[in-house]
Amino acid sequence: MAQPKGRFARELDALDLAGLSGRAFTDAEVTRALGKNHLDLGDLAALLSPAATARLEEIAQAAREVTLRRFGRAVRLYAPLYVSNACLSSCTYCGFAKDLPIARRTLTVDEVEREAALLTGRGFRHLLLVAGEHRVEVSQDYLVEVVERLRPAVPSLSIETQTWSDDTYARLVAAGLEGVVHYQETYDRARYAQTHTAGWKRDYDRRLASTERAAEAGVRRLGVGALLGLAADWRRDVLAVAAHAGFLVRTYWRTEVTVALPRIKPSASGYQPLVPVADAEYVQALAALRLFEPETGIVLSTREPAALRDGLVRIAVTSMSAGSSTEPGGYSAPGRATEQFSVSDERSPAEVAAMLAAAGYEPVWKDAFPLVEASR
Amino acid sequence: MQDGPLVVAGERLRSRLLVGTGKFSAHEVMRDAVLASGAEIVTVALRRVDLDRVGEGDILDFVPPGVRLLPNTSGAVDAAEAVRLARLGRAGTGTSWVKLEVTPDPRTLAPDPVETLRAAELLVADGFTVLPYCSADPVLCRRLEEAGCATVMPLGAWIGSNRGLRTRDAIEVIVDQAGVPVVVDAGLGAPSDAAEAMEVGADAVLVNTAIAVARDPVAMARAFALATAAGRLGYLAGRGAVGEVASASSPLTGFLSHPPTGLLSQPPTPGSGSTAGAAGLRPGRAEADVVGGGV
Repeated sequence: MAQPKGRFARELDALDLAGLSGRAFTDAEVTRALGKNHLDLGDLAALLSPAATARLEEIAQAAREVTLRRFGRAVRLYAPLYVSNACLSSCTYCGFAKDLPIARRTLTVDEVEREAALLTGRGFRHLLLVAGEHRVEVSQDYLVEVVERLRPAVPSLSIETQTWSDDTYARLVAAGLEGVVHYQETYDRARYAQTHTAGWKRDYDRRLASTERAAEAGVRRLGVGALLGLAADWRRDVLAVAAHAGFLVRTYWRTEVTVALPRIKPSASGYQPLVPVADAEYVQALAALRLFEPETGIVLSTREPAALRDGLVRIAVTSMSAGSSTEPGGYSAPGRATEQFSVSDERSPAEVAAMLAAAGYEPVWKDAFPLVEASR
Repeated sequence: MQDGPLVVAGERLRSRLLVGTGKFSAHEVMRDAVLASGAEIVTVALRRVDLDRVGEGDILDFVPPGVRLLPNTSGAVDAAEAVRLARLGRAGTGTSWVKLEVTPDPRTLAPDPVETLRAAELLVADGFTVLPYCSADPVLCRRLEEAGCATVMPLGAWIGSNRGLRTRDAIEVIVDQAGVPVVVDAGLGAPSDAAEAMEVGADAVLVNTAIAVARDPVAMARAFALATAAGRLGYLAGRGAVGEVASASSPLTGFLSHPPTGLLSQPPTPGSGSTAGAAGLRPGRAEADVVGGGV
């Protein structure tokens, strides 16, 4: 049974994002948005609009200034740790979709620990545990055990798994979990229904409200985002991400919100993006988001190619992964399971760190402390 | 003009500029900026310290020798977390000095006055030398002093904002009443902001973002050092009162030589600033600085 709408879903219903996204903005409106300290969604729409494309360098310069002041010359590094590609949901764009004939694997807790040891050996102290949607293989108890096991060696642990409507978030927080990442993929209900055809993830409202449940459970860092290329109108999804982040910041003032705008990558699903988002549009989207949310961290994965990532850390990005494998067990024993998608930036963590240093940024490997007593 | 040392918890310091170590492009740049600043106390976020990597390029390896390390609890969201983090820091770094930061709001990073006071009480009882980052609130500063803190560190503006001494009115009151050194922390964006804080009587300033994100952090560190010293000297020298308009040299007694003939010929009114007290060195201030040592 579909879950009731959460608070943000009701707020989103009242916004005319399609109208904002489709509006013909003038150059003067772009200038006005660039001159403001506190942008509203209309200003953001102006900065995302085709009228602002000619002003991209200016937008990027402004975004860079804001990013530097708030975050300094430092970029936080993290690694995804895929614990399972088992999945009971069917998402048309995803390489883990339940009916795809791929090599499936769920790591044992010991195997997760071995992967984590490899990653901490490479310098990482921030790990993102990623899994497909399988509540039996990747159960609440399993995740709690993983967090408890990794906690002594990894001060910052986050999850990107299926959403939960029970006490999972609360138990994970008590176990020392720092963050939860739940991307809505697309905020367009009709497109969401077309691309999420089976499993719990099919329930738009269940997914959207999960960020509120996680925040209420005391999760410290909360990541939201949209998968660009899924819906035809990417600007509308960027506006929705901004509205969502703004709602969470306003409502859960203790929670640190981050945003990401991953673009669809080739995978076993064979999915082709409806409308590809060009690199220049992508930069425009991230720079505009930075100006809208000056204090919100922007996360960038290895889905994007090296040159683009190198450019984006100078503009808006404050946290990035490096040397990623999207295959469960892929760090210590690659080739035993199918990856979620192929990464574009294949540089090692050390190479990415060297790039950051050469660009005048400090790679921040550790920016966290254990959230629960070590003795527990 | 002779200036005594700044005394914090019995430690005598020549420099009145404290610096932070975050947001720099590289640890080497941070180290060079610290050296250029002449600071004798640098604060390092414990969340950034990796005790497993000390000796292998951790941030602690770049704190210049001879500079006192002041670990801070940035990232702590309540008293319990700050206390736990401070204890981890003491065990790992060997210093019992701690810059207490309790900032539950990740957006403003505004200090939580309730939890900061609670943590200060617990840490002082546990033998820490506590330097608390706090709101520019005169009563809170009194309470922190009563709790046994070695300094109070009210904010000049939102941390990292570079907005300058936005809390000037409150800082003036805090400076006037404090029995421990007042270190204006956060928000000072330009050397002139540091000079202003020192001119109103702060005992020291703490600067991080403005140095770290400057185009030339080393030069900016030096500029802050000079401005801090200049502001201090200006404070000690005792500036004249501020006037709104030009004022005649003898506005009240001029009539003795040129008697007024009517209302329109009244001389200009003197400036609104108080002429006595506000500009002068507070009595006993040099001694007051030392009080922190006895806490």
